[in-house]
Amino acid sequence: MQDSPTPKIRLRGLRKAFGPKQVLDGVDLEVRARHSMVILGGSGSGKSVTIKCILGLIRPDAGVIEVDGADVTRLNRRDRAALMDRMGMLFQNGALFDSIPVWENVCFKLLAQRRISRAQARDHAAEALAQVGLAASVGDLSPAELSGGMQKRVALARAIAARPDIIFFDEPTTGLDPIMGAVIDGLIVDCVERLGATAVSITHDMASARRIGDDAAMIHGGRIVWTGSAEALGRTGNAMVDQFANGEREGPIRMELRK
Amino acid sequence: MSAVLDVVATLGRAVLGALARIGRLALFAGEALSCLVRPPFALRQFRQQFIEIAYFSLPVVALTALFTGMVLALQSYTGFARFNAESAIASVVVLSVTRELGPVLAGLMVAGRIGAAMAAEIGTMRVTDQIDALTTLSTDPMKHLVAPRLLAATLAMPLLVIVADIIGVMGGFLVAVFKLGFVAQAYLDATFDVLELMDVVSGLVKAAVFGFVVALMGTWCGYNSRGGAQGVGQATTTAVVASSILILALDYVVTAAFFSE
Repeated sequence: MQDSPTPKIRLRGLRKAFGPKQVLDGVDLEVRARHSMVILGGSGSGKSVTIKCILGLIRPDAGVIEVDGADVTRLNRRDRAALMDRMGMLFQNGALFDSIPVWENVCFKLLAQRRISRAQARDHAAEALAQVGLAASVGDLSPAELSGGMQKRVALARAIAARPDIIFFDEPTTGLDPIMGAVIDGLIVDCVERLGATAVSITHDMASARRIGDDAAMIHGGRIVWTGSAEALGRTGNAMVDQFANGEREGPIRMELRK
Repeated sequence: MSAVLDVVATLGRAVLGALARIGRLALFAGEALSCLVRPPFALRQFRQQFIEIAYFSLPVVALTALFTGMVLALQSYTGFARFNAESAIASVVVLSVTRELGPVLAGLMVAGRIGAAMAAEIGTMRVTDQIDALTTLSTDPMKHLVAPRLLAATLAMPLLVIVADIIGVMGGFLVAVFKLGFVAQAYLDATFDVLELMDVVSGLVKAAVFGFVVALMGTWCGYNSRGGAQGVGQATTTAVVASSILILALDYVVTAAFFSE
């Protein structure tokens, strides 16, 4: 794999507060092109806020977000739309549109941009569904008729259908049994490799992090406290990361429990 | 002294909060209206919403108008009989229905049916990340969700009110002729003699304003809902209550604009 000298995504001093709570307090992170970065961290540590800032869903208070070396922090409507064309996102709960059938969900972006006709979209959806191991007949179902695992697969098919070059995964295995979690992870790895895309995932699931990540970063207290290889998780030598990865009660990370 | 200052400070905070909310609502409406003149247009969503509002609200609006016209004729008769003024029933029914009751009752019915549905649907989309998903799929949620609903409600309400006017007058006619013994032709002549174009036009302008308000409050409350099922429920209630109050308040404003000397 050829590494590009410019990181695909670079965050510098990213800050975001909600009222008195400082969620991001100077996040610095680099994501290599065509690599898979996994961001770890406890609940409420700012993982989701970080990727929502990159996607433009939340405006940061300060800091710089670069994609391919260009600052995308304060884009106008048109440039933001152009950037979004290159990105895909798998939401934690799938976020499928329940008012339309699966095939329309999968091809939503292509249909919205009139890149394909509705007749072509059915065939395109069938191809995308096949890539995540689902039969074409699933396309005619409503999202409410699908199991949790199938909804995740459809959401993955939707995220990759427009062939983005950056894909975000928000807790891709949350709520799934371990086998289905492994299946989804395998599909994510296959899809990202097939597209040659850059992936950024956030997860609590260490097995999932090791399966889908090339690189890993840990966020704590609103900052990135460690970056390294995803393979090394659990034996990094960083007490905070090792406590989190091994799920240990004692260590530098203290849970705030009300007495 | 400090107690007085506390009261003033509390009032000030409330006023500032209300002004801030009105400002945000105005910005929201402005952005939605700007989507109506910036292509691409969400024609498919507009068509779906128009059918939902204009066609599927017909039964409830028609029934409301029918019984209102019937009750109006009956009440007018019992009241006017004391002054030997029964002949004014036709005028009272047609003017009340076209100027006031048609648009206001249709507006309130649509607020309950459509405003609540809009707030619940968009609110659920908000709390389940579907609105964020729209953005990540290169689709402007204002263009896709809000603008088509505003346009559809603004255009559909006058059509519903035309139907409500006809059925309301017909309700009065049925009671007058079959229960109160009026001569059918005489009742119809009295109805059309008193009716002027401005009576109908003012009702249709009210209908368009009420449609816009119902859709604006439904989409605004849904779009800004937070916190899961409870938040969606709260958004739905707020949408219906706020749009109902606004309908009654704007009814006075439009009436004053049309009929003040």
